[in-house]
Parts: sequence; structure tokens; C-alpha cells
Amino acid sequence: MLTTTTADERIYGPARNVAPETVTGSQAIIRSLEELGVTDVFGIPGGAILPTYDPLMDSEKVNHILVRHEQGGGHAAQGYAMATGKVGVCFATSGPGATNLVTPLADAHMDSVPMVAITGQVNASVIGTDAFQEADIVGIATPVTKHTFLVTDADEIPRVMAEAFHIASTGRPGPVLVDVTKSAQTAQTTFSWPPKLGLTGYKPVTRGHAKQVREAAKLIAASHRPVFYLGGGIIKAEASEEFKALAEAVGAPVVNTLMARGAFPDSHPLNVGMPGMHGSVSAVAALQQSDLLITLGARFDDRVTGQLESFAPEAKVIHADIDPAEISKNRYADVPIVGSLKEIIPELATAVEDVFSNQERPDLGPWWTRLNRLVETYPLGWTEPEDGAIAPQKVIQKIGQASGPEGVYVAGVGQHQMWAAQFVGYERPRQWLNSGGLGTMGYSVPAAMGAAVGNPDRTVWAIDGDGCFQMTNQELATCAINGIPIKVAVINNSSLGMVRQWQTLFYESRYSNTDLNTALNPSGEQVVRIPDFVTLAEAYGCAGLRCERDEDIDSVIAQALEINDRPVVIDFVVSRDSMVWPMVPAGVSNSDIQVARNLTPDFDGEDD
Amino acid sequence: MAPTNADGVARRTLSVLVEDVPGVLSRVSGLFARRAFNIHSLAVGPSEIEGLSRITVVVDADAHLLEQITKQLNKLINVIKIIELEPAQSVQREHLLIKVKADAATRLQVTQAVELFRAKIVDVSTDSLTVEATGAADKLDALLSVLEPFGVREIVRSGTLAISRGAKSMTDKALKQ
Repeated sequence: MLTTTTADERIYGPARNVAPETVTGSQAIIRSLEELGVTDVFGIPGGAILPTYDPLMDSEKVNHILVRHEQGGGHAAQGYAMATGKVGVCFATSGPGATNLVTPLADAHMDSVPMVAITGQVNASVIGTDAFQEADIVGIATPVTKHTFLVTDADEIPRVMAEAFHIASTGRPGPVLVDVTKSAQTAQTTFSWPPKLGLTGYKPVTRGHAKQVREAAKLIAASHRPVFYLGGGIIKAEASEEFKALAEAVGAPVVNTLMARGAFPDSHPLNVGMPGMHGSVSAVAALQQSDLLITLGARFDDRVTGQLESFAPEAKVIHADIDPAEISKNRYADVPIVGSLKEIIPELATAVEDVFSNQERPDLGPWWTRLNRLVETYPLGWTEPEDGAIAPQKVIQKIGQASGPEGVYVAGVGQHQMWAAQFVGYERPRQWLNSGGLGTMGYSVPAAMGAAVGNPDRTVWAIDGDGCFQMTNQELATCAINGIPIKVAVINNSSLGMVRQWQTLFYESRYSNTDLNTALNPSGEQVVRIPDFVTLAEAYGCAGLRCERDEDIDSVIAQALEINDRPVVIDFVVSRDSMVWPMVPAGVSNSDIQVARNLTPDFDGEDD
Repeated sequence: MAPTNADGVARRTLSVLVEDVPGVLSRVSGLFARRAFNIHSLAVGPSEIEGLSRITVVVDADAHLLEQITKQLNKLINVIKIIELEPAQSVQREHLLIKVKADAATRLQVTQAVELFRAKIVDVSTDSLTVEATGAADKLDALLSVLEPFGVREIVRSGTLAISRGAKSMTDKALKQ
């Protein structure tokens, strides 16, 4: 064999060898995407990216989906990445095209989503002159991305593209922006593959420190109230199977955060729920009363910890994460382990077995008795609305039952998001997508579109709110035209529900600017539908359905599941007064969690 | 004892080796701004290796914050290496230019003060002198307080530059894979 090249394992994709060919910068961009193994790109052209859209037309490997707004393209790339584990890719032009990508980039940065955004930039000779559609997108995007590149020299394109994909997909994944001047796109250059990567300053640690792993095992073997605190990192690391073995070996309770829903099955007896501001009592208590947090790929977000000073006051902390900067950022880690969970978890399992073989295992019985009582006493649930309208939680639960764990559920942000996290039921990683860190209203429809492109054989539900839906529903056109049959459940309470809930609880029910008039007028007495979501859906070439009565929920969902030749939008008109419970009010200790308004759980029981 | 700022927070010096590429300074300074890290001074210039620059940044930070600053800086792709330079194990210098009022009556006193501090007069006019001084921050502060009574017209300070004592170079290990 002659082809014993010293392949750079950092090259994303198949890394075929391509002999030098003379091309334009634009062709080099498309050729790079092809060699990186990219099959789907979301974008919309404009002046400064025009040269690249020309060779894109001829590519047989790269399928481009024309979106209606760059933000939609960005979220679609995120949804694609989260549903498949591959790098999501989007295109935009300079200036406003690029600035419209800022929200998806920031969102991907907060939730560690691997994506690469390629933007056109004005000619290098006019940069800095306030040229038409010029914006310093590298300057704008740098604070909200993992890295940014400005390419003014066509010769750099293959290397920069390979570096961008490498940075986006390795270490702690994240978004990378590649801004390419129009002059670099039109210049002549040579394309060959694979390029030689630079990146002297980028060396993510993947191997956990063996001594720290042994220390962690010792702490686990000494703990009587341990809990596994799982974050989204476990999904990024594809380490769910490995984790299951570890969890079962230790026998400790597991809580999975909003970003980790599905990383460990809800149906597993060790799973005590989702922690956090709207977590279950058992999960919040498991963290709060623990003597050892075994933290894997989580980051002690304020929505999980509540008031930081009073969070898990008796717990020691093991913290394993691929990003060293997360360790001891918010909560001091007694045993830090930096590396990939994919490698650390099996090592930790082995180390735990070693310790257990030499000493008696601690009795976790009393701990489980305590938590099981909370699991049984405070299951997630809801009260039927007094206004006779549909309970939104019931709609969401029924959707989850209808499509099951093989479906994909993509939420927007707000009450419906929390209910979707609580009531769908998650059994597999990548079953659940949402905007966790940034909390971007409007994420759902475009991200669901991206997820459906990445997972064409799965039923993809966008579980959206009436507020969120109005921010990005233009992508229904993209879905209808490109045969992307997502199902959108608009949980329509005719208001900005989560804000309204806070107004009810903390602003004496003064509803300042939260009525949306998408089902009812502000007094709730008159039907007003602006817009009418059913006719809106039809205008976009989608099927539009409406459900306003409890007894119709099942049949409307069944009807939606039968339509697969176009997207479906269901307007579920639900109660405005339903609230998300339990709740830990912002800035308050987790110990003061309320299961309903002004009702705190009895943590200890009579016989504790 | 590490020096502290007015609030008693330790003042620490980091030397940051970075790739000399467009925008690198704004990446570093932007990180400090958005994470609310407090920069006392920052100085940047080329290093002995082509393509690498060295930033000396003085921050007010306790040990925990310093760890965060270092880790966050390390996440920047263009940052190659970061070391903390402890005052005892390093040479730390600042450069100062000061324009001070000096007429016939006070010129001699100003000149004596300048000599006392082994500073240098680099420009003279009928009613002012421009003084140049290099030294540790506290020495320059002392010089300033001596000159202040004469009337200070302008001050320019460089920010701290620092280098470790001994034969070792910060770039030695940094560039090996």
C-alpha cells in the first residue's frame, strides 16, 4: 500500500486524500464541506455569500435547505446537531444576514452545540469603511462562540474549514463562525485535502487523571447519600450506556438536568427525576440532602442550584467535565476530573469495583427509603383548570405517549418547555431538544426542522407556545416546500405564559403586556385569534388542526400522526391559569421548593 | 506577601503567550470585560518567537478568581500558555512619562528629585520638564508623590511588564506538542 500518510486524527469527516486542484475560494468552501462529510446545510443567500452559492448548486453531496430567516437556519443547524451528534452547518450573507445568526450562535454556545456558521463578508479592500451590508461579525460573535475566523486569503480556506469543524466537534463542543470575504471567495486558489491544521493553543484533555478517578471512587465508596448529578455533557459524550453500567454498579439515585433529559431512562428505578427550578421534589431533595454529588457533565447552573450558598450544604463534590473552566466555577469541587465522560465513566466504574471488592459497601437503604417516600408522596402532576379549559400538561403527556421514546421532542421556552420536560417521558439520548442555557423563545420550530432533516425516519414534534411560535413560524414554509413533515403542537394559552405565571406569583396578578390574543381577549370572555393558527398553517401549506375540548385531544393527535405528506400545526387551546409546579422561586434555597402555591413539601415524613 | 489593591484583594501578574493574529488582544480584553474580571493593567508586544506575542496582565483577584481567569483564558484558541509571575520570582517593571511644571524657581528642586529616583529628564521647556522613569510600580508611585507638589501636567504609564528570574523561558515547553 502506498497511501501510508500520517493522517491527522483531528480532521473531521472521512479525511480522504484529494490531489491539488485549481479552484476559486468559493469552490474551496464547498469542496471542504464535501470532504468534511457534510450532507446538509441550512441557509439563505445574499450579496456577500453569492459566489459560494454558485458552486453549491453543483454539489451532489451537499444538500442546501433554503430557510426564510437566518435565525431559522441557525436553530435548524442546532437541531440537526443535537438530534444527530454531527456538526450542524448554516450559511448567511454579511451584515444583517450574519447578525441574524447571533441568537443561534449564543444559544449553541450556552448549550455546547457543535455547529459551524459560514458567513460572507464584504471585500477585504472595503472592510472598515462602513460598506453596504458590512458588520464586524467576528467582533460581534466572538463573545458568544467557541471561536471565530475571518478569512481574507482564499489559500487559507481548507485549513480554516477543517479547524472550524475540529474546534466545533471536540472538547466541549460549541459554535464556530467562519467569516469569508467576498474577495477571498472569488480569488483563485488550490484545493487539496486533508489540510495541515495549526491550532497550537487548542489541546482538549480527554483522559481523566487516574489518581483523581481513584479518589472519586473512594468518596463514592464512603458515601451514604450519594447522587449522580447528570448534565448535558453526557449526551455530547455519547456516554449513556457507560453511565448506566456505573449507576447500576453503585446503586445511587440519578437526577438528570433539563439538558440531560433522556441521557438516563426515566423508567429506570434509579432515576429520581429532574432537579432545578421546576424539578421534582425527589430530585431536588436528592441533591439538597446528599452527602456526595457525583457530577458528570453538568455545570451547577443557577436554575439547578437555586441560591448557591445553601445548595446541597452537606455534600462533597466530585465534578467530571471536559471543560476545566467549569470545575469549581460555581461550586467548589473536592475531586475534579477533567476529561471526556466517555473515557472517565468506565474508568470510574472499574475503580469503584476495585474499592468495593476490598471493603464493605455502604448501606444506601435509609437514603433510598427517604427518597422513595418523596418519589411516592410528590409525583409530578397537575390540577385540572378551574376555567374548564384543557390542562396543557395533559396535551403534552398524551403527545409523549402517542409518539413514544422513538419520537423527537423539541420545545420552545417557557411553561410548555417545562411541561414537556416533565411529562413527555424520556428514554433515550437525543429524544429531547431545547434551549436550556440561553432560553431562546422561537427555538422550537426551526430546531425541529433541523432535527427532522437529520432524523428523517423519526416523528419530530415541535412542542411550542403561542408566544414562541410567533417568533419563528416562517420556517413552516421551509418545511412545507422541502417535505419536512414536522408536527407542531402550539400550547396556546393566549399569553406569554411563564411571564404571566411570575406576574401571578410575584406581581399581584398585574398582567403587564402578557396577553397575546391568540385564543381569547385579555378579559378571557371573547374569542380572539390573531393570528388564527389554523388558517396560518394552511396559508403555509401545512395542515392546520384545532383542539379545544378535553375529549378531542386523543383524536386530534391521532389525526396529526396520520398526516405525513406535509407539516401539521395543532392549535391546542389550553387554560391560561395553569402553572408550572413544583417551583423554586429565583434566588431562593432549593429547600424552600413549593409543590403548589405556598405549599412546601414535608421532606422528613413522620417516621424519619 | 503578595501586593494588594485598595480593597485588600491580591494583585497578581499573569504572562500570557498568544498567537500574533488580528483581533487577539480584543479576544483577551473582551473576555475580561464579559466575565467581569478586573484588569489593573495590560501590556502587549512581540515575544522572541516570530508569530507569538506576549501579554502581561495585572489583575485584582483572589486565588479562586485567578484560577477562573486562567482557565477561561486557556479556552481562547489563540492563547498558547499562561503563567503567573510571583513578585519574588520575577522582575516587574513599569515605564512612566510625566510632564511636570518647573520654572526658574522650582527647576532645581525638580531636577534633584528626579536624580534621587534615578529617573531621567527627556524634554525641557521654559516652564516644564518631562521625566522618564522605569521601575516597580511602588517606586514610580513614590516618584509621582514627590513630583506632585510642583504641579503635574500629564502622566503616561505603560502598565507592568514582567519576566521570570533565572534561565528558564516561558516559551520553552509551550511550543512542544
